[in-house]
Amino acid sequence: MTPDKIKKETAMSRPANTEKFENPVVQWIDERLPIFTMLIKEYGVFPMPKNANYFWSFGGMALTMLMIMIVSGVVLAMSYTPHVDMAFNSVERIMRDVNYGWLLRYIHMNGASFFFIAVYIHIMRGLYFGSYKKPRELLWIVGVVIFLLMMATAFMGYALPWSQMSGWGVTVITSLFAKFPLIGDGLVTWLWGGFSVDNPTLNRFFALHFLLPFVILGVVFVHVWALHVTGSNNPAGVEPKSEKDTLPFHPYFTSKDGFALVVFLTVFLATVFFAPLALTEFDHFKAYDSMVTPPHIVPEWYFLPFYAILKSFVYDFTVVLALLAMGGLVLAAPAAFAFFKDDKKKRNFALGGIAALFCGLVLITLLAIVTTKLEEPSLAAYLKVVIIPAALQGVIAMFASILLLVALPWLDCSPVKSARYRPIYKKCLLVLLISFFVLGYTGAQLPEGWPVIAGQVATLYYFAHFLVIVPYLGRKEKTLPVPASISEACASKGNK
Amino acid sequence: MYKKSLPLVMAAFVAFSAPAWSAESVAPPKQHWPHQGITGSYDKASLQRGFQVYKQVCAACHGMKLLSYRNLAGLGYNEDEIKAIAAEYTVMDGPNDDGDMFERAARPADRFKSPFANDKAARAANGGALPPDLSLVVKARHGHEDYIYALLTGYTTPPSHDKEGNPIVVPDGMHWNTYFAGHVLAMAPPLVDDSVTFADGTPATVAQMSRDVTQFLAWAGEPHMEQRKKMGIKVVLFMLVFAGIMLAAKRKVWASVH
Repeated sequence: MTPDKIKKETAMSRPANTEKFENPVVQWIDERLPIFTMLIKEYGVFPMPKNANYFWSFGGMALTMLMIMIVSGVVLAMSYTPHVDMAFNSVERIMRDVNYGWLLRYIHMNGASFFFIAVYIHIMRGLYFGSYKKPRELLWIVGVVIFLLMMATAFMGYALPWSQMSGWGVTVITSLFAKFPLIGDGLVTWLWGGFSVDNPTLNRFFALHFLLPFVILGVVFVHVWALHVTGSNNPAGVEPKSEKDTLPFHPYFTSKDGFALVVFLTVFLATVFFAPLALTEFDHFKAYDSMVTPPHIVPEWYFLPFYAILKSFVYDFTVVLALLAMGGLVLAAPAAFAFFKDDKKKRNFALGGIAALFCGLVLITLLAIVTTKLEEPSLAAYLKVVIIPAALQGVIAMFASILLLVALPWLDCSPVKSARYRPIYKKCLLVLLISFFVLGYTGAQLPEGWPVIAGQVATLYYFAHFLVIVPYLGRKEKTLPVPASISEACASKGNK
Repeated sequence: MYKKSLPLVMAAFVAFSAPAWSAESVAPPKQHWPHQGITGSYDKASLQRGFQVYKQVCAACHGMKLLSYRNLAGLGYNEDEIKAIAAEYTVMDGPNDDGDMFERAARPADRFKSPFANDKAARAANGGALPPDLSLVVKARHGHEDYIYALLTGYTTPPSHDKEGNPIVVPDGMHWNTYFAGHVLAMAPPLVDDSVTFADGTPATVAQMSRDVTQFLAWAGEPHMEQRKKMGIKVVLFMLVFAGIMLAAKRKVWASVH
């Protein structure tokens, strides 16, 4: 090959869409690793819908909180001792003797709360403006994965000070896994690393609490990657059609998100410095004692709605109820046959579903009867055999309430994204939000009296919202006219 | 819709942070403490009196394992005073070069000496009840300072009958307190008027001693509080100015957008 030809080929192998930089060092690096080109493309000229409001700033806030948690957490880990006899005192040593240890710990403690505040608002934004819909389904699902990882990480972090709330919180939550049939006891022993919540449990929780934030960071990278493929949704819920609809990320959204971030951090820091214990239980300042059960074990506030869903299930599912359910299904079959008599496909689908449910019920009922050893077998005794205990229903419902969100892009088939143009969906979403707060309240109460019923009603609405109302509204709701473009949406808003 | 839900958010936070009192205890009355509020600082004279109450009364049964004598600098004592306070106690040290444990006078670096060798000894001396360590007691009780003060001043003779009309009998060695959960506790009323004599001439009433020792215990649980609040004022002022600058920058950038 001639030198000319080599030169030509080298030039051709360079990515065509790299930027030119005046600074020779930047240019030299960019030719070999186009990091500056990437930054300009993704954070400089990246087109953002120009109508994105401040609710679009909460993703950046959540990422900032993740960074704050990782940095403060790594420094805390340098002075923390993950041993049941020393953990509580090592945290107190951080509070008293480590330079600015009190500041690091209060940042980390309250940082978890503010991370969840940002993420909850971020999720609510997605629900309101339909950010989970095509083409952002995968972006949304990756987000649900981040939320689950956050919950696992926060739970394990709460265990580390080895206080009364830590030890008993771990005991209550890990014991839930014992409710699973057949594998339950083995599963709990495996989680604990022994036959009780003890040093191996604390050690593994520390190891995982250190690891998982970096896993979250990796999944956040995928989340942002997917976002930069589809671009951001916006309050109008219509995709940008021309350059008139968008603004470059810098300087427009660096300045807007930057301002929002500073306000958010101001509230966060005010909490850290002036009310660092406002969101913490007093039992968190007593060392764990496995012989003394606190009168009232509650998780951190950000888990309370899900904890309330768990506690809402109070009736065991017995053979009697299974037989009643089977009878109901037998009656439902002809009704479904009549209802879908014009549409063979739907009819077969409905009948197939009923048949599958029926067989499933028969199977678990038989399984429960066979595996239960009765002292005095009689018909009445068999009818009382528990198929799914209340606690297991609660555990399943708690996990289902989050995993349900994965299916949301397909449960909601409305062509309109933004709730601005969905008058009924908007009201239902408000009821969902209220239900969520009701669950948060009842989750902190003792399981007696009216809070139980309020929690059950709210739980019912939570599931009905996603499984019944959303699919129904997607088909039947009369939506308002959607603007043709973002520019038109902005113009009509200006005229009002 | 988001604006409308703001009161709900606030209500939810209040609800989460304040679980209901259990049926058998009485909420302690709210007190004013000089160290409350964003500019509140500890009353050093009160802390010193409170330390005296702890040392001469509470320390007979309650340890404060998380504190060292050197920490008393936070009460305003100088180095010589702290050395003198520490020297009042004898602690076990060792083993020395001969392999023997030996006793010596405590030094500022030593932890507060506990009244009992271990929890079992503490229980044995207190009719089976374990006097809790007081290092974190203000943070570790619902109601915090208000509760501690209410408990110390809340010993009364029990009502003759409970709500259901059953006669109330306080078991031997137990005591009735309005604010203790369940009302019956093993700790005898620890303070009577003039239990201690304050060097600054403050009359040592039960209320005064309770107030002072409560403030001392609050300090013990949160010794860096003053530093925290001072730094917080600077940080929040900085953030507010920073937010103002960011808002101005944002407005300037967005001025031409329609």
